[in-house]
Formats: sequence, C-alpha cells, structure tokens
Amino acid sequence: MGIDRRTFLKGLGTGVALAAPGCFSFPGKLEAAGAAANKEFMGVLVDTTRCVGCRTCEQACAEAHNLTVPDINDASAFDKIRQTSEMQLAVVNSFKTEKGEIFAKKQCMHCNQPGCVAACPVKAMEKREEGPVTWDTNCIGCRYCMVSCPFDIPKFEHHSAVPKLQKCDLCWERLRKGEKPACVEACPAEALAFGARRELIEEANRRIYKNPGEYIPHIYGEHEAGGTGYLYLSSVPFEQLGFRTDLGTTAYPEYTKGFLYSVPVVLLLWPAFLSGISAITKRKDKVRSEEGGKL
Amino acid sequence: MNRTTTAVQINSLKDFLVFMRSELKPKGRILTPFNLISGPIILLGALLILYRFFTGLGSVVHSSSEYPWGIWIGFIVMVGVAFAGGAYVTAFIVYVLRGEKYHSIVRMAVLNGFLAYVFYAGAILLDLGRWWNIANPLIGNRFGVNSVLFLVAWHFLLYMLAQLVEISPAFAEWLGLKKARKFLASLTLGAVIVGITLSTLHQSGLGALFLMAKWKIHPLWYTEFIPLLFFVSSIFAGLAVVIFIGEVSFRVFDKDRIDEEYRASWNDIAIDLGKACAVTMFVYFFLQILVLIHGKHWPLLNTGMGYWYLAELTGLLLLPGFLFSWGVRSGNLAPIRVAAVLTMIGVIINRIDYSIIAYKWYLPLSERYFPTVMEVVITLAIVFTMVWVFRWIVNRVPILKKPPQWAITQEQEEEGLERVVAFGPQLGVTMADGGSSIDREKKQNKVIFR
Repeated sequence: MGIDRRTFLKGLGTGVALAAPGCFSFPGKLEAAGAAANKEFMGVLVDTTRCVGCRTCEQACAEAHNLTVPDINDASAFDKIRQTSEMQLAVVNSFKTEKGEIFAKKQCMHCNQPGCVAACPVKAMEKREEGPVTWDTNCIGCRYCMVSCPFDIPKFEHHSAVPKLQKCDLCWERLRKGEKPACVEACPAEALAFGARRELIEEANRRIYKNPGEYIPHIYGEHEAGGTGYLYLSSVPFEQLGFRTDLGTTAYPEYTKGFLYSVPVVLLLWPAFLSGISAITKRKDKVRSEEGGKL
Repeated sequence: MNRTTTAVQINSLKDFLVFMRSELKPKGRILTPFNLISGPIILLGALLILYRFFTGLGSVVHSSSEYPWGIWIGFIVMVGVAFAGGAYVTAFIVYVLRGEKYHSIVRMAVLNGFLAYVFYAGAILLDLGRWWNIANPLIGNRFGVNSVLFLVAWHFLLYMLAQLVEISPAFAEWLGLKKARKFLASLTLGAVIVGITLSTLHQSGLGALFLMAKWKIHPLWYTEFIPLLFFVSSIFAGLAVVIFIGEVSFRVFDKDRIDEEYRASWNDIAIDLGKACAVTMFVYFFLQILVLIHGKHWPLLNTGMGYWYLAELTGLLLLPGFLFSWGVRSGNLAPIRVAAVLTMIGVIINRIDYSIIAYKWYLPLSERYFPTVMEVVITLAIVFTMVWVFRWIVNRVPILKKPPQWAITQEQEEEGLERVVAFGPQLGVTMADGGSSIDREKKQNKVIFR
C-alpha cells in the first residue's frame, strides 16, 4: 500500500505537473495531484444528458483490462438492459424515458465506504486512498462482497478453475501512471469527467444551476449509500434510468457495525457470566452432597 | 462381540495398529437399505467434488451472478451450523448448569455438533472459488477485521477445537489412554465456556452476514435483528436435532452400543428437551412479532411472499411449538417427535430463505436460483458421509455407552462426590464402599488446607 501510494504520487507528481491542464476535462479547475496529496477521493462524473450511447467506453474498458472487446456497432446490445459481468466491467444501457432515449453507463460506483470492502475477510477488496475500490489475488472466493454490494457489481468467474473476481477498478494501473481511466479518456462526448470527488460535485452543481430545466436537481452518488466515487447527472428522475433510489444515505458497513461492536463485549462478559453460573451450581452440588449425601 | 467393554491396553505402537485394524472392520450389517442408498451417492458425490475442483465452480453449481450463495452455503453451512446448536445448548445444561440428568446425551450432542462443523462448515471449502486461499484469513494473508465473515471463520475454527476438546475424553476411553483422559477431562469446563461464547457469536454472526444485503432480502425477513433471530433459533433448532438423533440412535444402534439406563432415561430427557424447545420457540415467535410490528410491514403480508412468511410462522413455528407443549403436558413422545421434525424443516426453510428464497424475491422465476442435480448429489453425499462417520464412532467409542469403569473412577477422584450422579443410579453400587473413602479424603484435604 505504501509503495502503491508512493508510485502513484510519483506518477501523478511528474506526469500531471507537466501536463495538468490537458489531463482533465475541466482545464485549470481540477488539480488531481494536489487532491491526491490531500487524500481526496478521485471519481468520475457521468453526465447522462451528454452521453450519445456510442459504447466507446465499453471498448476502451475491455482493452484496458484485457477482456474480450465488444462489438460496439452491434445495435442489438440495447435491446435489453444489460448488467455488468465478469466479461464486461462497464456497460451502457438505453432507457426509454419521458424525455426520449437516454443512455447511462453502469460500472462499480466506488463507494466512499464500500460494503464489499467491509465484507471481505482477507482485505482482498480495498478502498484505495485515491478512490478506486480494487481486488487482489489473496481473495478466497467466498463471494460475500457480491452479497454485500448495494449496486450488485462484483462478478465472479464461475467457469474458471482459477477464478478471479471482476469489477471496474477505476483503472487503478493507469491512475498510478498518472493517466485517466480508459473510459473517461475514450469518451468522445465529454459525458465522463475524471477528477477529485469534491470538485466533481461542485462542477455537477454548477451545471445544474447554469442550465435550469436541463437537469433534475439531484446528483446521484453524492449521498447514496454514504456517497460514491461515480456521480451521475440526469434530466429525468433516476428511477427511469434503472437506478435504485431506495438505498438510503447510510454507508453499508454501518449495517454490521452494531453487531461487530457487540462482539468484544460478548467475548468479555459471556465467559465471566458462564463461569459465575458454573461456580454457583458447583457450590449447590457440594452443599447438597455434604448435607444429605443423598445422590 | 463385547469388544468395546473390555478394557483396551495400548502400550506400544504395534498394539495401537493391531487395535485399529480390528476396529476399522465394519461392526454391523453391510447390506442395509440405508447403506445401499447412501453408498452410491457418497461415491458419486466424491467424484463430482473432484470434478468441481478441476473444472471450477460453474461446472457443477447453478452459477449466477444474481445469487452468489446457493444451497452449499444456504443449506449445508447455514443449516448445518444451526443444527449443531444442540452441542452448545446441551453442554451448557450439563456442564454449566450441572443438569446431571442430561449427562447421558451430552456426548451424543457434542459429537453431532463436532461432526456437523467438520462436514458442514468444512463444505465451505467446496464453495470457495479460490479454495487454495482458505487459510488466508487465519494466517493473516491480510486480516479483514471489519468483516463479519472474518469473525465467523475464526469462530468456526476455534469452536471446532473446543468441541474436539469436549469430546476427546470419549476417544481416550476408547483407546484406553488413562493419563490423556485425565488431562483432557480437566479441560472440559473451560472448553464448554469458550465454546458457548463462540457459538453465541457465530450463530448470530451467520445472520449478521446478511445485514449488508439490505434491499436484496425481502423486508419481511430483513431486519437489523437478524443476528438475534439466528441465535435464538439455533437453540431450538439444535435441541430438535438432538431429539431427532436421540430417537433414531436409540432405535438403530445394536444393544451393546447403548447403555440400558441411558435408553431408559431417554424418554424423560426428550420430553424435557421438548419443553426447552417450546419455550425458546415462543420467545422466538414473540421476537418475530416485535420485528414485524417494528418494521411496519403489515401490507406485505397480503402478498405472495407474505403468505409464505405466514405459512412458515404458523406451520413451522407455532404448530411445532404447540405440539411440543402438548407432548410435554401429556408426557407423550409422539407429538414431540413430529414437532422435532417440523422444527427442523422450519429452520431449513428459514435459513434457505435468507440466501435463496427471500433473496432477490422480485426476480422472475426464470432468473431465480435452482440447485443443479450435481449440487444436490454433493450435498446429500456430505450429509450421508457425516451420518456414516457418526455411526462408525458410536459403534466404537463410548458415546451412548457408559465410560469404562476406570474412567468413572477417575472422574470420581477428580471431583469427589459432586459429579457422581453423572453416571446414573448404577453408581450407587460402585459407590457403596468407595463413597465413604472419597468423603474421608475430602475431609482430610480440608484439614490439610486449613
């Protein structure tokens, strides 16, 4: 982790300092290197009003992760709502909404406090200081992360004898080299923007204020499930884009916190309590046998 | 044929090997209907398990990204562990509360619990996609201390060890290891106390695993109190299984494997266990109602899943609860037997609800999880293997028999008169002269200590 971070900073420090303005979608607004130094989470803003459904991001994603590259000219991909899979870490879906067809990309949301990370018994799932939620090979394959993810994102290679867990890692390898995530870089419509989460929220709010009527006044991911690294803007209510709007604002690890806090208490008090009972019953037996001797 | 009762003397490795060779031979009839059914299934299951390890999980189980956990976790592990609850409850009654009346069943319950952990919790290995990493949470290839599963994994391991210690004196008696028995028996109370603590935590921990599956589990089942519900239900689940195993064991095992007094006292014990079941089931019912009121989910009761929920609550919780009460009041074992089976079915369905039935209940049937035939065969193979091992041990080790005389004497020396009731009235005979001498010893001790 320490080395990861050092490498990351070195990469960002040199690479980004030289070409900072060109590196981000909002030149001069976002200083990722500084943001990372302050341990701010990086994220991606998805503006669904800009997305044209070209699926270039799907292609770039597959190439960056050595997965089968999808045929992005195949229009049948939009016939039904697709989920991410172990073969495809990001998918673009088409939704029929009150304002016509709108496209929305789906991938790991990179929660601020991820359920999958809290679930993992070996810390194979990790929330990096820079924002990405990544997977490591010390995974035991229990798939508890899949149960615990509010967005149902982690996918398991069931059909491999040496299976991996697949999910979007915000192009962790590329980030460490000072590059942007592959999907953001590939997007021809500037629908995706990479940067510090705080600044992305500012930018999203700016767009909402400056274009009244064009957006609904809600940034999906700002508070959902405790806040996520991926943030979405939309012109229609998010239900219409297949988003769950009933997740609440509680970070998922909070749900097990109460139980986990009770563990040391039980570990401490239970044995003492049981020993106490045992001592009492032992004494009772003794008194009984000494008094009457009758068994 | 009375080999188990004759004292075994093992002085050398050769003695041990000779003894083991004679013990390894089958002790009963081989061509029984049960063996003819279970044998081939175990063989087939073993082959499928090999196949699974070489080709991956997906070639054997219904692999779906929607349902990470199928019947191997939902049934084998979740239900197996709940069914093993009889071990910690019985140990609590016998060793902590010193309910000596129930001493005759404690080994049966603990052996069942121990084997349940070895086989059912062991089945986790099958389900782990990257099984070769199984030791990682234990050896610290990163400790996921924030994870409920990390906790459960550790508690599994530690509780398995605690149960091994609890049951070990029986094996020492079988092998005639007097010194070892003395030492192991001295650890029992400690192991029991640690075991109950660990059980409390991981029975509830299995429930806590589902706390982060918030919207995936139907609101009638999802509650922040899942851990408490899992813990309370493990009490009556475990006791119902003890009743079931006792009923079966006292029937199927040869006469010389079972102590006559143990058999004679069984009916009485089963009725008491039924009473404990009834009480905990009504407590559980009360908790369920509180949770229902607390969650304000009334309208959901009038849906398909609501009917399922009500059917479970009435048919598999209240009904067996009342059957237990009826059996206890009338001193009749018949309703208790039925109630025990209904309770077991209820717990099986309850645990499967959480990972399969109420999990993503909203998906259309075509996208729901159904176990494959291979999954079911492997599951049955594991259950049958556990039964075979249980039978093998009961046929050799004093589980349903009284310990050999030397062990009883050892016990008396250890604890003076306090625990002599443990081995029933028969002891009165052996104590006729020995009791007074122990008494005398105790008095002498007192003098010395003063």
